Amino acid sequence: MEKEVLLKLTEVGREIYRQIERGEFPKIKVPNRSTSNVIFDEKSNQLILGPEVIEKSAGNIKQIRPLAQLLWVASFAKKLVEEKKSSTLRDLFYHSLNYEIRFKKQIESNETVTDLEALLMEPREVFNIFPKERASIFGKLIIEFTTPETHKGIRTDLSSNPDGMMIGLSVAHAEFISCKADKVFVIEKNAVFRRFIEERVYDKFNAILIDTAGQAPRLARLLIRRLNTELGLPVYILTDADPWGMHIAMVIIKGSANAAHLRDLTTPSAKWMGLWATDIRRFNLPSFPLTKLDEERIKVLEEDPRYKEFEWQAELQEFKKIKRRAELESFSAHGLSAIVDKYLPKKMKMISEME
Amino acid sequence: MSGEKFRAISVADFFYKNREIAGFDNPVRATYTIVRELVENALDACEQYSILPDVRVKLISEGESIYRLKVEDNGIGIPYEQVPYAFGQVLFGSKYTLRQSRGIFGLGGKMAVLYGQITAHSEVKVTSSQGGYEKYTFELSINIQENKPIIRRKEIKPNPSRWRGTIVEIKFEGDYARAKPKIVEYFKQTSIILPYANLLFIDPDGILYRFDRITNIMPKPPQEVKPHPHGVDIEMVKRMINASRSSTLLDFLVNNFHRVGYATALNFLKSIKMDPKIDPRSLKPEEIVKIVNKMKEYNDFRPPDAQCLSCIGPDLLKMGIVREFQPEFVAVTQRPPSAYSGHPFIVEAAIAYGGRIPLTPPDEILVYRFANKIPLLYDLHSDVTMKVIKKINWRRYKMDLTTMPFAFFVHICSTKIPYKTVGKEFIADKPEVEHEIEWAFKTCARQIRQYLSKKEKINVMQKRLSIFEKYFPILSQYAMELSGESKPPSYEKLLRRLQIHAKENGERSIIKTN
Repeated sequence: MEKEVLLKLTEVGREIYRQIERGEFPKIKVPNRSTSNVIFDEKSNQLILGPEVIEKSAGNIKQIRPLAQLLWVASFAKKLVEEKKSSTLRDLFYHSLNYEIRFKKQIESNETVTDLEALLMEPREVFNIFPKERASIFGKLIIEFTTPETHKGIRTDLSSNPDGMMIGLSVAHAEFISCKADKVFVIEKNAVFRRFIEERVYDKFNAILIDTAGQAPRLARLLIRRLNTELGLPVYILTDADPWGMHIAMVIIKGSANAAHLRDLTTPSAKWMGLWATDIRRFNLPSFPLTKLDEERIKVLEEDPRYKEFEWQAELQEFKKIKRRAELESFSAHGLSAIVDKYLPKKMKMISEME
Repeated sequence: MSGEKFRAISVADFFYKNREIAGFDNPVRATYTIVRELVENALDACEQYSILPDVRVKLISEGESIYRLKVEDNGIGIPYEQVPYAFGQVLFGSKYTLRQSRGIFGLGGKMAVLYGQITAHSEVKVTSSQGGYEKYTFELSINIQENKPIIRRKEIKPNPSRWRGTIVEIKFEGDYARAKPKIVEYFKQTSIILPYANLLFIDPDGILYRFDRITNIMPKPPQEVKPHPHGVDIEMVKRMINASRSSTLLDFLVNNFHRVGYATALNFLKSIKMDPKIDPRSLKPEEIVKIVNKMKEYNDFRPPDAQCLSCIGPDLLKMGIVREFQPEFVAVTQRPPSAYSGHPFIVEAAIAYGGRIPLTPPDEILVYRFANKIPLLYDLHSDVTMKVIKKINWRRYKMDLTTMPFAFFVHICSTKIPYKTVGKEFIADKPEVEHEIEWAFKTCARQIRQYLSKKEKINVMQKRLSIFEKYFPILSQYAMELSGESKPPSYEKLLRRLQIHAKENGERSIIKTN
């Protein structure tokens, strides 16, 4: 993996080098990541980037700085990989202040990192720039680390820590040694994740539990996909009953526009188990009126090609009809373990009947 | 003519009683007016005869608000027998032909003498020579009731150096301290419009103001011309007929009017259905009235020729402006001759940008006005020039008068400047004049716009170059690091390419203003 990235980065540098020596304005073609170029690909069943590219050329006075910034990020990434060091987006931004390339805000350097991802078709974790890890995993699964060098070959049991285990690069890329689970529950909220551990859901349902703590970070999505593809475990996603929760499930299943330039992050066979809009009445859950923002979001999702299937549209319509939202925690109104005892079995049955 | 004497008497008296209309209303204004009138006479004495002017002015304080003014020129000089009349009789002078000159009636000098006489019991002392073997000095005063010169003293001396010129000395009551800013400004502006003159002014505080000639090129002196058909009245035409020896109306028109040839005259007569062969003396009064009125309406006369006018021309105007302001850029233009009511006139204008031109407060505009080479220093806001400046949409020309340093110059030459008052301070808004000023400014403004665009382009170019120069080493550095090469790529080729590109795009450093 490292060798590959280094090779790609070196090739970018060589091309620029040749152009300058020849007296040409150095330029790089980067896939256009704007929404106009993000398309839903039926074949891979995820959002991908279309054919449009943006040329960053030193011949254009407006692009010369962005080009320099991209090259700086690339050379920074190369150093990280060569020296086996890691960094974060924030750290990279501060580091850039020592150089002549003047990122005005972190958002600008973040964008440039994403450009480099698109250029190399690799997620930034591959060149050692990591997001803040907030997703965790708990379950009867033994893994063996492959990276970093210091931990290569070391094994760990993912049920050894009652708080769950952070999903960092090492966990996400570890080798699966043995697995006793037969499914994966992905949960949007840490509070519910903890409840599931307390309620021994991993035993009762033979499930690996993953907490995404909101929108699933990429490493979490990568790990979910690997559990699904390499171990053949079906994936069930649990979120709040609102357009945002729905979309957390959708991004895991079909990918996000922000990562349309990346592959191998989606799990097309994953199921959104709930909470559905229809669950609010079905389980008589305490609910709140939709906010203005929610309603606007629903409108946007209606138009989104990822939501074109009947089940998704039906749920969106239901939200519009009842104009209410509910949270995963709302089951607590029916008792502490209601979500595990009443809801999960019922929903599992429903989903298996639907297939 | 009978009544001649009566009129002459009343004239001196009239002006004595109404001196404010000629700019003598208070000591401050009078100080300025006297200096101005005598300096203008001195300049006219040179320019009418193509002599490069050398004018020296000295103002000495004698205490008790009394000043002595001495103005010396190297002009044509005054013929011995005319000196008393030139300085001692109001409305005697050489300015009754249709010819551009500074004064209108040759009145100013006499008014100065009159004023000195009234306020300081001063005689005027005139020394002059036309370059012969003698020079002569007169001490004169004016008999106000009779409008006649009184010769107090007369002296003739040999003139071995063949000096030619005139020296006028006069005492008067004034107030230099308060008139000073205007007087100094007057000399400064005169030097702008007369780059071929040497001007020297020593003021009562002993300060020397000196403006040296920067060119020997001088505009040709104005010529006398026949009247233009648009500028005559019935009385004048009657007199012309009486004096004429033409036997046909056609000949009369051709011989006596400015820019009327046979074709023009025939067309005109055909249009008013008059017989060209008729003897002009046989014309009935009502026919003369008809001819004069139709002349005014007839638009196919050729406009008055500017040969009677002596503008200073774009080059000299530019020189004067460049000397005074050293602007970054100056646009000058001369409009083709035009006429109002049969009086030919020419407008010259300039707009200067940058250099030593100060940034004015947002509500002020630097405007320099000249009429027949006289700077106009008062009543700017009543002047037609200001009206035009306010009317033009300067934004169209990339000009922002509130934030950019501009100076406007306008010079009107005419056989009759359309002053609004006797005080010769501002120009009336005659539509023809307004139109010419407007187009003159617009012509200059177009050049300014071109210059500013070019400057902007060069700025963009240079900015581009500097951005490239800044980023190439950076790009090369990263290219080296990324590719793993041991030394950065050479971007010499690229820079050269850029510089060539910049040159092709008309990159020239600041356009030379002279």
